[in-house]
Amino acid sequence: MMGFYFAQLLTGLANASSLFLIASGLSIIFGVTRVVNFAHGSLYMLGAYIAYSLVTTLPGVFGFWTGVILAAVATAFIGAAIEILILRRIYHSPELFQLVATFGVVLIVQDAALAIWGSEDLLGPRAPLLDRAVRIFGEPIPEYDLALIVIGPVVLGLIWLLFQRTRWGILVRAATQDREMVGALGVNQHVLFTSTFMVGSFLAGLGGALQVPRESVNLLMDLNIIGQAFVVVVIGGMGSVTGAFVAAVIISVANAFGVLVWPQISLILPFLVMAVVLIVRPYGLFGTPASAHGASVPEAPLRAMPPAGIAVAAIVAVGAALLPLADDGFLLVLGIDLLVAMLFAASLHLLMGVGGMVSFGHAAYFGLGAYAAALAVKSLGLPMLPAMLLGPVAAAFGAMVFGWFCVRLSGVYLAMLTLAAAQILWGITFQWQSVTGGDDGILGVWPARWASDRAVYFYIALALCGAGLLIIRRIAHSPFGYVLRGGRDSALRAEAIGIDLKAHQWLGFILAGALAGVAGSVFVFSKGSVFPDTLAIGHSVDGLIMVLLGGVQSLLGPLFGAAAFVLIEDWVMRLDHWRAIFGVIILAIVLLAPDGIAGGVGRLLTLLRLRRPA
Amino acid sequence: MLEVTALNTFYGGAHILRDVTLAVGPHEVLALLGRNGAGKSTTMRSVMGLVRPRSGRVTFAGADMTGAAPYKACRAGLGYVPEDRRVFRELTVAENLEVGRREARPDAPSWSVDQLFGLFPNLAERRGTAAGRLSGGEQQMLTIARTLMGNPRLILLDEPSEGISPLIVEQMAQVIGEMKSRGLAVMVSEQNLHFARLVADRAVIIEKGEVRFEGTFAALDAAPEIARETLAL
Amino acid sequence: MSAVLTIDKLTKRFGGLTAVSDVSFALKAGEFLALIGPNGAGKTTCFNMLNGYIKPDGGTVALKGRPITGLAPRAVWRLGVGRTFQITQTFASMTVAENVQMALISHHRRTLDLFSRASRLYRAEAEALLSRVGMLGEADRAATALAYGDLKRLELAVALAHAPTVLLMDEPTAGMAQAERTALMALVADIVAAEGLSVLFTEHDMDVVFNHAHRVLVLNRGELIAEGTGEEIRANATVQAVYLGGGTLSSFGATPPQNGGVSP
Repeated sequence: MMGFYFAQLLTGLANASSLFLIASGLSIIFGVTRVVNFAHGSLYMLGAYIAYSLVTTLPGVFGFWTGVILAAVATAFIGAAIEILILRRIYHSPELFQLVATFGVVLIVQDAALAIWGSEDLLGPRAPLLDRAVRIFGEPIPEYDLALIVIGPVVLGLIWLLFQRTRWGILVRAATQDREMVGALGVNQHVLFTSTFMVGSFLAGLGGALQVPRESVNLLMDLNIIGQAFVVVVIGGMGSVTGAFVAAVIISVANAFGVLVWPQISLILPFLVMAVVLIVRPYGLFGTPASAHGASVPEAPLRAMPPAGIAVAAIVAVGAALLPLADDGFLLVLGIDLLVAMLFAASLHLLMGVGGMVSFGHAAYFGLGAYAAALAVKSLGLPMLPAMLLGPVAAAFGAMVFGWFCVRLSGVYLAMLTLAAAQILWGITFQWQSVTGGDDGILGVWPARWASDRAVYFYIALALCGAGLLIIRRIAHSPFGYVLRGGRDSALRAEAIGIDLKAHQWLGFILAGALAGVAGSVFVFSKGSVFPDTLAIGHSVDGLIMVLLGGVQSLLGPLFGAAAFVLIEDWVMRLDHWRAIFGVIILAIVLLAPDGIAGGVGRLLTLLRLRRPA
Repeated sequence: MLEVTALNTFYGGAHILRDVTLAVGPHEVLALLGRNGAGKSTTMRSVMGLVRPRSGRVTFAGADMTGAAPYKACRAGLGYVPEDRRVFRELTVAENLEVGRREARPDAPSWSVDQLFGLFPNLAERRGTAAGRLSGGEQQMLTIARTLMGNPRLILLDEPSEGISPLIVEQMAQVIGEMKSRGLAVMVSEQNLHFARLVADRAVIIEKGEVRFEGTFAALDAAPEIARETLAL
Repeated sequence: MSAVLTIDKLTKRFGGLTAVSDVSFALKAGEFLALIGPNGAGKTTCFNMLNGYIKPDGGTVALKGRPITGLAPRAVWRLGVGRTFQITQTFASMTVAENVQMALISHHRRTLDLFSRASRLYRAEAEALLSRVGMLGEADRAATALAYGDLKRLELAVALAHAPTVLLMDEPTAGMAQAERTALMALVADIVAAEGLSVLFTEHDMDVVFNHAHRVLVLNRGELIAEGTGEEIRANATVQAVYLGGGTLSSFGATPPQNGGVSP
């Protein structure tokens, strides 16, 4: 029995090594560039694919290890290309832009990997000379696991030496604290940032390459690892390599033993560990409260909508209400999609634009709303309207639980925690087959008979989403909305005028979650089905792109953004390589139109007003 | 040595510097005076390449430096000491100095770690301490020492006396004197006319981004209304 | 005068370093009290323990006899202690008036109101406060558009919104020009006199300290080394040695002012 537990411990430690490699790279890159690199999982996946190609070609022991190292080096150069072509241009942008841009890279890499290596899972060879098991306390332990257990601490030691004992390391640590100052002291930041990005990419590539003998290489590796890597970085403390190591060990070992008690625990265990750590140490085990915020652009005060604006809004509303008269098929479906997207984007904007809490996992609450409504119909047998009510209630409950932790943090920490929370909910819907149907989703969730006519359901959607949008607008102008804005502008000042900011942010988080849940409820009855991808990272990023497209600075922005997004998506999804094309579109938007559609319209209006003689 | 000609700098839509023209000669200490928000820091940041001026020219030792990256300005011999003491808080004193270290240059005084520890004895005692744990005055000294490690020919000091105690301000004046005697040119921005008078050879006053006065302190005293209006004395 | 704020044996350690050590003093009703000392002497730490931003390791703070040690900043504020910051903290995306209205909304506990229009609440009170600090003309400008000196005035109006009994000001004149410093402190002195408010402030500008403070406390290496009137502090040899120096840089010398130090 003793031997069995020891074997579990060793398995945990072996898993920790690879998790540590990817998380440390993420942490180092964040420390210097302040970019949350979503594409880090893609680098890990590329490392694995390239290593697979190399070790299946190069012979023998020498060939295996050469292949692993070469794969990591190749990944480092791919990382350098990403840094030079894309990230260098957006270092001074708000974190949202950076995240969305790196997600564009994720999409492009996915399509590239699909084109090169195909969609089949690839099983790599065992590592030569390490392909057997040794018996420790009577239990068989793979030799390769033992090698991994050694590699982790060795790499940690090497990174430590690199950072503490070389001039390059001192410069990197200095840049982590104040990059502008490092430049003013004569250090070429381009070289420093690119080299840092290469080191981080090398570690991700190495982590991926070392996994080849242990598990199959596939196209899901990128997003599967990134959520875990974020959790490790947050637990360890952003920018701390030692922290990443300790956190990787804690999570992997806890997992190895946790699965003995309950096999599905690996889905929620990282989050539980993170929750405990963040309550005790809000900046992670080895983190410091150094700035976790990206650049922010000062926003103009809110003004009431001018009469002309109200008139335009009324015309749009009447136009929407008359839509069923014009058409009963395609346009109505698109119209419902638009309404759902607008409410989803506006609820996210309430959280991040008004509240300054950037969420990378807002789809979780949309998905909760959708699943709760679907389950209410299918499992509880409730009629449509009560089921639709249950959607936002469930979403609010989820937002209440996760939000309690999230609002304890700010900036990138908060964003990463929201993402981790969404990943956990996604994992639960994916794995809990008996209730959620797993990958097959829940089918046959259709509106009640009285609402089965497209036009009737369109009016329901219009009423619910329209009411949601009005409520959001009202909140933004209310004292509560002002408190959120104030907390975003200066948390110090909010606290100094007697405001319990965290409590208000928590309520804001719950409200935004509930409104996303309304969108989810409307969505599920319009589609008749729901699948785990409604909660997936991809859908959260869709919301972010909508907000970004419309412009974060404007209350109307998310409406424009959602409309543009739905139309673009409707077109792109019909094309081959739609992921890559979509990725390129995202990059183009981030690099070329940083203030979104509403920003562009605003600039145009200013221009027209200037032309008109006053 | 440093010539700034008709510099115009914007932050977003705000026009911060309007046709700023000034020059610093070799071995000269120039005081850049003006109120908060007058454009002192922006002038320095424009010279250093930390913001890109929209028009105008910056030449240093005969070379055009307009809009060059900060690291190029530094390598050309410009040293920059920012306001608000931006030390690398988690690095030790010695590591902070290492970040600033550059090769000696033939045309400028060169500084070694030992010389700087001689000039700033407090820092010598605390070389292994994280900079974030130094007192405010010591941090201010460290930012200057760190910049001197780059062996600059001209040093830009942004409000060195702001927010530190009177005793340290006096030490700061001595340090500026020492830099001048070693052959450095200095441009120091100040709101405190007393301090400027103590350390500088000549003054430039800017207000709302425009140069309002340029000349010696004697000339400034001869026209007291200028100082009263622009510095709100 | 009775004590409004009583500080008794306040102590704070960071790691091995004692930042504030056994500091005791009292702020009396209607008093304008300055806290000075070298950088790193523990002024800010001391300050932050008074308004709840840092929990002390030892000692007590009492407001009118009621212990407030270790309360959250917002609880301290509710009991009537306002503050301004060394680096101004205002709501950048709001107008000047809205900044003050926020403080009033919080004071009247309306922050959970989801449906009123915030910009219409307590507008008149906000205007009265703004006119008190001479900022009424700027009421509808964006806070970001203000000059630095005006931001300081706005902060003062915000800090006065809940009619505090004690106002804590951390380096109120940092970064201001001489005339603005004098004007701001004259305004504060005026409010102190008119409303019986008690003010504790930290400051590096000795002109401001000696012109306005009723009494001065000197902190060095976490300990209170002197306490007295401006005259007494200037004449104190220890204070000269650790802090004031030769007095070449302010119009007050270490000895009573002759002709403004080295200025002609």
